[in-house]
Amino acid sequence: MKLTTEQEAILNGSKGETMAKVMKTLVMYGDAFDAEKMVPVTSKYNHLVTSFGLGVLDPVYDLMNKLIEAGAVSGQKFSADPRPMDKNVPTSLIQKLVFDLFMYNKQDFYEKQLQQLGLMEKDAFTCTCYMDEVGNKPDKGDVLSWSESSAVVYANSVLGARCNRNSGIMDIMGSIVGYVPYFGLLTDEGRKASWIVKIETSKKPEAQLLGSAIGMKVMEDVPYVIGLDKWLGSEMNDAAATYLKDFGAATASNGAVGLYHIDNLTPEAKELGKALVKNDAKEYIIDDAELERVKNNYPVMWKDKDAKPKLCFMGCPHMSLQQLKDWTNRVSEALVQYGNDKVVIPTVFTAAPAVIRKFKETEEYKTFEKTGIILSYICPLMYMNNPMCAKMPVITSSNKLRTYTTSRYYTDDEILVQITKGGK
Amino acid sequence: MKQFKGRVVTPGTTTAEAVVTHAGFNTLASLQKSLQFGDKTAKVNDQNNPELFGKPIAGKALCLPQTIGSTTGGLVLYCACNMKRSPSCMLFANRIDSLACAGAVLANVWIDDCNMPVVDELGEEFLNYVKDGMKITIKEDGVVEVD
Repeated sequence: MKLTTEQEAILNGSKGETMAKVMKTLVMYGDAFDAEKMVPVTSKYNHLVTSFGLGVLDPVYDLMNKLIEAGAVSGQKFSADPRPMDKNVPTSLIQKLVFDLFMYNKQDFYEKQLQQLGLMEKDAFTCTCYMDEVGNKPDKGDVLSWSESSAVVYANSVLGARCNRNSGIMDIMGSIVGYVPYFGLLTDEGRKASWIVKIETSKKPEAQLLGSAIGMKVMEDVPYVIGLDKWLGSEMNDAAATYLKDFGAATASNGAVGLYHIDNLTPEAKELGKALVKNDAKEYIIDDAELERVKNNYPVMWKDKDAKPKLCFMGCPHMSLQQLKDWTNRVSEALVQYGNDKVVIPTVFTAAPAVIRKFKETEEYKTFEKTGIILSYICPLMYMNNPMCAKMPVITSSNKLRTYTTSRYYTDDEILVQITKGGK
Repeated sequence: MKQFKGRVVTPGTTTAEAVVTHAGFNTLASLQKSLQFGDKTAKVNDQNNPELFGKPIAGKALCLPQTIGSTTGGLVLYCACNMKRSPSCMLFANRIDSLACAGAVLANVWIDDCNMPVVDELGEEFLNYVKDGMKITIKEDGVVEVD
């Protein structure tokens, strides 16, 4: 890799031994992908995937301490993924003991470290940092050093920023020196699609299911999706962006997608169209039967597959303000339809703290409070990683949560019936 | 014995017993539980990978196409190395992915006594040939011997 004089000097220790190691890390990372140079990080803020003070991650905290002690803190302020615990979310005594004593016993310590390293503000914990209410929304063309797979794929695809699928820790390294190696999704060539995906369904496909199907098929490749604009339109409005938030998270977790293009909708597809597709691109056709096949192949990890659900999580990734409003109205109407006052399964909706604050100012929030649903900033995935929680039959419409935990996937419509109708 | 030539991502030599997956290795889903609850053998806990589920990988030669899943993958691998619960080496049929690469590089640069050689681009033939339990030897130049 060709380094500038300044970068070479840092590598050789001009800013101290720790900064030299940070630069060496980035250079080795780039060399593995034949990066020809380092380019400046241009976004205003960074975003980190590591938000949880898991006791077992001591090696990470030790490394962070080395950075802090050496003054090698982030050149950018940053947001981080959601907190792993929230007292509002139902937990039994034994689950709480496991959370407090064995799992997230370093949470307060780690949050202090994050503040020292450059956290945007004390509640800047969400996987959807790009929401307007949160304020970490990069511009088109910005070069990022983000991690968090669902945020990276959103920033690349919906916002047109440029970011590789960086790992935790590597994310902050780029922020500390202000450069990232130029390869993969940072380059024009790396953003070209090697798959054409044709949507031939009879109705609007479920975002999380469609994303899962595509992720499993293309793995880390870039898909160019044709036919989805029929259902989403050709303007990137709030509804389309929200759909793509959930769709993208599923592509990234069920596969390893870091960028997708939606014909006639996402910014680069609108600009360049099918010129973004490589000549030798493979083809994947998705119809109703294919989505059904994918859904039916999900393993059910519950011990008793007929168990009555004990908890429902919605919002992985965190819900948008509009989603909270829409779901409030849907749940409210369904409760009336089925003759119930409150949801019949304990249900948690999750969203960014800043989105929650905004939602509480709306008219819909008064209706929401009557449904009995719990509103939380928690990371459902971190909750489900507690083995005592993993034993519970939990339902979700998040394909990311399904992939990493024992929770069981249902479509949005199926979830709505389950939480409002129950055994009636 | 058969030899394969790959590309050195992080250097080192070692000999270990092969554990093979033909599907992507989901680092977080595979390792988190074992790291969290003190399993020194690092038994794989990824429900979506029946080939590896329940098998210990600490000290083994992990043969794989690539890693997949959460972007915590690199730091999970870094922690596994630090806690001496990582594979002895990682051998990729494909070019390494960005998450595994991050983990391997972080371990190489930041852990003083780390020795987890990583070789990629060994090709489909390697992954088709190697089986669980075979003896793997990695040489400095990216040559991998399979016995």
